[in-house]
Amino acid sequence: MRLVLTGQQEDLRTAVRDFLADQAGPERVRDVLETADGFDRVLWRRAGAELGVLGLVVAEEHGGAGAGHVERSVVAEELGATLVPSPFLASAVLAVDVLNAVDDVGMRERYLPPLAAGELIGTVAHGAEAAERDGGWRLDGRLAPVISGDVADVVLVHAATPDGTGWFALDTTASGVHRTTLRALDPTRRLARLDLSGARATRLDTADPDAVRSSVDDLAAVALAAEQVGGMRRVLEMTTEYAKVRVQFGRRIGSYQGVKHALADLHGSWEQAVSVLRHAAWAADEDPDELPIAAAVAQVFCAPAAFRAAADGVVLHGGIGYTWEHDAHLYYKRAKTSEVLFGSERDRRLRLADLMGV
Amino acid sequence: MTEPTGSGAAAEAASLGEFSRRAGEFLDSAIPANWSELEPAELIPVAREFQAALYDAGFAGITWPAEYGGQGATAAHEQAFREQAAGHDLPTGPFVIGLGMCGPTLVDLGTDRQRERYVRPLLRGEEIWCQLFSEPDAGSDVASLRTKAVRDGEDWIVTGQKVWTSGARHADFGALLARTDPDVPKHAGLTMFIVDMRAPGVAVRPLRDMTGRSPFNEVHFDQVRLPADAVLGEVGAGWRAAVTMLGHERVSLGGATRRRDEPLGAANLARLARENGTAAVPQVRAELAGLHAAERALELFSVRLRQEAESGTPPGARGSVGKLGGAMLLWQALHAAGEIAGTDAVAWEPGDEAAEELAVAINAVPASSIAGGTNNVQRNIIGERILGLPKEPQVDRDVPFRDLRVGTQRETT
Repeated sequence: MRLVLTGQQEDLRTAVRDFLADQAGPERVRDVLETADGFDRVLWRRAGAELGVLGLVVAEEHGGAGAGHVERSVVAEELGATLVPSPFLASAVLAVDVLNAVDDVGMRERYLPPLAAGELIGTVAHGAEAAERDGGWRLDGRLAPVISGDVADVVLVHAATPDGTGWFALDTTASGVHRTTLRALDPTRRLARLDLSGARATRLDTADPDAVRSSVDDLAAVALAAEQVGGMRRVLEMTTEYAKVRVQFGRRIGSYQGVKHALADLHGSWEQAVSVLRHAAWAADEDPDELPIAAAVAQVFCAPAAFRAAADGVVLHGGIGYTWEHDAHLYYKRAKTSEVLFGSERDRRLRLADLMGV
Repeated sequence: MTEPTGSGAAAEAASLGEFSRRAGEFLDSAIPANWSELEPAELIPVAREFQAALYDAGFAGITWPAEYGGQGATAAHEQAFREQAAGHDLPTGPFVIGLGMCGPTLVDLGTDRQRERYVRPLLRGEEIWCQLFSEPDAGSDVASLRTKAVRDGEDWIVTGQKVWTSGARHADFGALLARTDPDVPKHAGLTMFIVDMRAPGVAVRPLRDMTGRSPFNEVHFDQVRLPADAVLGEVGAGWRAAVTMLGHERVSLGGATRRRDEPLGAANLARLARENGTAAVPQVRAELAGLHAAERALELFSVRLRQEAESGTPPGARGSVGKLGGAMLLWQALHAAGEIAGTDAVAWEPGDEAAEELAVAINAVPASSIAGGTNNVQRNIIGERILGLPKEPQVDRDVPFRDLRVGTQRETT
């Protein structure tokens, strides 16, 4: 296993970091939260076309970079550190992974190039009912929460059919699709409800739809762990800097063991989180048999660690950390949302126990 | 953007696979049967013999420089060996301090003569080492120690007392930290020495620890004479040498491979849960999964540190992260053990060795939060040396040692 980034991967990190610092600093993040889409479409297209980070795990023949999950996790880590609102998790992770996993070459050819280029936004949803009528497949159901479901152009839907489950591609402009942007704890990640009533969709050709689902879930766990690790890093940096300058009782607060030790614990848990993330990303590229357990370990470890870090980050800042104008609460809200987005702590742990053979 | 797979890399991977296979074969055949039932004194000759076999087979000092008797191989080889060893219980306990702490410090700071004299015999299991740092008044505050070494011509005369010294009874040599100049501030007046534990004036007295066993000792020095070339590093630079050794110690304690059948390991507790019928209880399953994830996180962190060291980033103070993480993991495991074993963890039939072993492990948990620097000391190191946070105000940093009260700091109020 390789747990250290290569020089090339470090270069990618630097490029993404510079791009985000230049184009999407903290003030810009707050500005785009107020816009109708909740993200910066110009930035998104540049991320696809100029930076080429939306198709990292897309094959070159489909307009991607033909790189791997280690590279994608590097990008997700930087996005998690900056909280730049974007449909990355929905589009460059979930939707791309479904298309990579199904057997349907035609749909891959149709959707992957525009997804990689940032011309199209995709996402994934679960829980619809599919039936064949009026000469095609029709979807019904209330699906929520759908990540970036309010801005997605295409939704890859995992649905129940009369003959088991299946995957469908749904154009969100089709009739019978009604979208509602949900009010959300985390303002930096938009979630929507999709109400489908007889919405026409195209069935994706795939031999084992549920295997696609579990591989997509594992890869999403890795990308989410990367975001969580990035968020932890930023909280740690921000809080450490504050502890070095803030003076109370005549001393900088970082000199008090109460503050120093909390930051030391946060640092230790971040170092370990980085390690499980690197392993899971490595497994996604190099050791598919190991991926399910590595991804489960990454989520069992990183999800609560990231929330703990974000919560401590707010508290260690004292009163200023609890104000709207400070960024600490954005990390708190993101971490709590990410912690429950793909299942509860108990779900994650029980799944890991199953995989461990307990 | 995958790894280059030229012939060099392929050859390296092949050699690593071969190394790993050889290590597995060696471990399957060379470990003496039932050694864990031996009394400590009976274990020593068995451990020496096993260490010699490790050396002869090329598995001692895997990453140590070849010129001093090591294998000069890579961290990946070390990792491959550890992975093979995790499935076995090795009788290497008596060498942990020598190989993990004293040996690497000798390699770093020793003179050519010292390296020549001590490193190879250590790797071959001929000599056992202990570390003589802690004193009754200087535990966490190591630099407040009072054991003194006074010049007598070319020689040094050592007088004082050490305590909590693991393995001193069976040690051939010790790395001793002593005060050689009381007229300068406490960190500046220390020197590290190599002490022959059989020298006249060295007396070792066993101490019982809270498990009821006696792995550690008091060591008394009564006018012990050391030659000039016993100095390890430079006279007056003992603190720097101690920091070097403590860094190795943390990496070694934090990075130690846990046996798969470790009484408090997730695998063993899962076995216990299956045996006592609690393995289907969701809370138990969740607890075991959480413990497994924490074990993996720490294990992967130490692999990552080794890989980084290999590619040129030394671990530095990050050994403290592993040391602290290892200690915290044990408390988590202790909780899981209580949940799973229930009263079987606290009362058992005479002769039930597995239960006995679990109880000893439970009683030994606090040790890892104390030995090698307490958790709070590790947190200070992480906070100050890694994160760059300001130190607590220090009252004794610039005061000559002889002006400090009772040999340690003046009390603050």
